[in-house]
Formats: sequence, C-alpha cells, structure tokens
Amino acid sequence: MKRDALPDAEAALVALVERMAGAIAKDAALVGIYSGGAWLAERLAKRLPGPHPLGFIDVSYYRDDYALSGLKPNTRRTTLPFDVEGATIVLVDDVLYTGRSVRAAVNELFDFGRPHRIELAVLIDRGGRELPIEANYVGARVAVPRDTTVVLSRDPGGTLSLGIEPLRGVA
Amino acid sequence: MTTRNPQLNRNGELTHLLTLEGLPAEVITHILDTAEPFVSIAEREVKKVPLLRGKAVFNLFFENSTRTRTTFEIAAKRLSADVINLNIGASSTAKGETLLDTVDNLCAMNADMFVVRHAQSGAPHLIAAHLDAMSRTHVHVVNAGDGRHAHPTQGLLDLYTIRHYKRDFRALTVAIVGDVLHSRVARSLIHGLTTMQTPRVRVIAPRTLLPTRVEALGVEVHTDMREGLRDCDVVVMLRLQSERMRGALLPSAGEYFKQYGLTLDKLALARRDAIVMHPGPMNRGVEIDSPVADGERSVILPQVTFGIAVRMAVLSIVASS
Repeated sequence: MKRDALPDAEAALVALVERMAGAIAKDAALVGIYSGGAWLAERLAKRLPGPHPLGFIDVSYYRDDYALSGLKPNTRRTTLPFDVEGATIVLVDDVLYTGRSVRAAVNELFDFGRPHRIELAVLIDRGGRELPIEANYVGARVAVPRDTTVVLSRDPGGTLSLGIEPLRGVA
Repeated sequence: MTTRNPQLNRNGELTHLLTLEGLPAEVITHILDTAEPFVSIAEREVKKVPLLRGKAVFNLFFENSTRTRTTFEIAAKRLSADVINLNIGASSTAKGETLLDTVDNLCAMNADMFVVRHAQSGAPHLIAAHLDAMSRTHVHVVNAGDGRHAHPTQGLLDLYTIRHYKRDFRALTVAIVGDVLHSRVARSLIHGLTTMQTPRVRVIAPRTLLPTRVEALGVEVHTDMREGLRDCDVVVMLRLQSERMRGALLPSAGEYFKQYGLTLDKLALARRDAIVMHPGPMNRGVEIDSPVADGERSVILPQVTFGIAVRMAVLSIVASS
C-alpha cells in the first residue's frame, strides 16, 4: 500500500504536544480511546507538563454499528480513576474520521458523571465527518481515499507508526 | 445427514443458549471474556450501557425462581433492553394455551428474546426449534433452567468464578458435593468443566443422590466426603431440597449434615487456598455450616455479582448473532 501520503507518527505526536502544551487546562484529565488513543494518552501524559490524571475508555458498548457488526472480541474495561463529575477532560484518539467513535465516547463519559468540559485531541484528522464533531488539537491532517483505514501501530519498543489498509467493515 | 448444533447459526455463532453440553470451548471462552468488562458497569454512576436499547426481552418463567429471574432482569436492564416478566404458571397455561401458542403470541408482540425457565427438560429446545421452523431467526432463546436437564448460565457463572480465582482450568481439582441426581446446576457445570479440560472433576454424594451412570460424564465418584475433598482447589456445594428428605432418599437433615455438610473441619482437607461455591439459595446447617458460608474462602456472594455480568454477556452475544 502507498505510504507516502502519511506523515511520520512520532513527528505528528511532537506537533500535537506543541499544540496542547499551555493550551489545555492544568488539571485536565487525558482519556485515551482504545487502542491507539490509549497509547497516545500515555505518551501525552509523560510529555505534557502535569500532572494530568490518565484514563482509558472502550466505546464498544456505545457504538452505533453494534447491530451491524456485533461485539468485538477483547473489549476492555473503561477505567476513569478520577471524578468525572465537574472534570475537564481531553479525549484522545488516533484517527478522526466519521466522528462516530467520539460520539460514542462522549455518551459513555456522561454515564460516569457530568464533566465540566470535554475537548478532543487527535493524532490524525483525515476529514470525512458524518457527525458535527471537530477536534480542538490535531497532530497532522491527511487526505486518503475513502475506502481505506488509517491504522496506528506500536512496536515492542513503544515507537508509533502509521499505515494504510483497505477498509474492513464499518469505520 | 449431519445435524447442526441447534444453538449455533450457520456462521457458527451462538444464537440460542440451551445447554453447555456440546458447546465448543472457544464459545465458552468468548462468553467468559465478554463478561469480564461487564462486571465494572455496576460501579458506574449510570449502571447501564446502550447495547440492547430498543430490544424486548421476555422472561418466561413457567417455574418460580426469584433469584434467577431477578439477575436476568438486571442483566437485560443494564444493557438498556426493555424487560417484560411473565409469570406463566399463573396465566395462559392455566387457561389451556400451549407453550408454542404462548410463544407465537409473544412474537406477535415483537419479542426479540425469550429467557425460559421450565420444569420440563427440553422446553427451551422446543421453543428454539419452533422459532427456527417459523424462520424467526432474529428471535433468541436463553435457557434459565429446564427440568433436571441444564442451567447453562449458572454453569457459565460458576466457570467464570473459578477462572477468576484460579485462572487455569487445566490444573484444577473440582469437587461437586450433594444432590447431583436432581441438579441441573451440577450437570451444566460438569459439562463446562470437562469442555474446559479440567483434569479432575469429582462428585461427592450418597449413592441415592447420584445418577446411575454418573461416571459416564467423566467424573470421579466419592461417597466418602473426607476422601473426596482431599487436595481440591474448588468445592461446589449443591442445595439439598427439603422434599428429598421426605422422599426416602435420605434419613434426616441432621444425618446428611454429619456426612455431607461442609464444615471448617472438613474443608481443612481441601487445599489451603480452596474456594467454596454455592448456587444458592443455601440451607445453613444442612449442606453448609455458617462459619464456612461466611468464611474467607467463600465466594458465594461474588458468584451472584459475576452472574449478572455473565448473563449480560450471553444476552449481548446471542442478540448480535
């Protein structure tokens, strides 16, 4: 598959850190959406001046395509080790596309309490929104064909990389 | 002609849960894995996820069971389904309607799922076969206990509890103690444990409370409880129904407790870290002594909590098939 359309993931992460540093609230919690967003949230928590509480969210139960594709195996436990009520939260995801995962994540957060504010940080914005959702912080914007998926991977050493694959199922 | 497992659809997905007998190990593992993240939903501010929003789950209880019905109801409600409880014993059947006519009527009310408890073995199978014959493949059946045959969600929650505390089935010795003869709980658990390759499954009971060919299920038989408990990792106590005492199968409750009641003294023969389970409701002083039931090795209450998560997993898996 053609890879030149994609930026280097580590470089995009550096750009994302620059945009978030000083812009997000000092006490903002970082909540990564499994799995790519969770890796990013861990990295951001280390790089951004903090401390920022760190949480992880699995949106499988809140997706709107459950009836089409069923439950994915290996659903993980959502862990939010801070009080969601009144919190400032930055949701972190790897790729922003249709906006459906973010919609699901926002709904799920509200089942834990009423946050004061929710922002969105993404490594890659590839356009193609199907919902009125935008990111507050973006690492890089890319243009890729509609019938493809942008996939974030992590090697055993922790280095992130981006790849492009043919679309499987519902994005 | 090959007969298809009636619980699986053409793609091999679980579409009804009728029995653990013949259910592949991968399917059991998938249910247990799916249940795990559901446990934590009870800790949320809003104890609900929208997975089955808009689905109608009918609890068809032809036989009373407050606990099983309640846990199925909680499970369906935590998945945001609409739950309709029908106490059939007191209504249609009493007026002469057949089981399948009742089912057809409820399908006409747009039921998506039936949770069935029936005193007759095979009733949930009959309903599932009927739905398939009527091409209602989007309607699912979950067996909540049929006669002496099966109680698959209880078996699954027992497996979940064992896996939670002991991790690997392939290294365990499990003893099931009590009225195995009348127990669908025991039957489901034995099938589940053997499918998950548990090397040593023992049943401990007087001969009068054991099925005649119980060894054929792949279990070791012990009539001496002290001998049977030796080196066990898991001890599952079964409820002794009081009517068994009147049916001449046993001399008296006191005598039964002396021989087969679990006391701290007898539990000391099992491994030091052995866990004690009971499907409930328990008879203190008949099959289990209070210091054991309330002791630190008892996982009887966690079983109840896990039971809700396991039933959530079963409902959401069959609904998405």
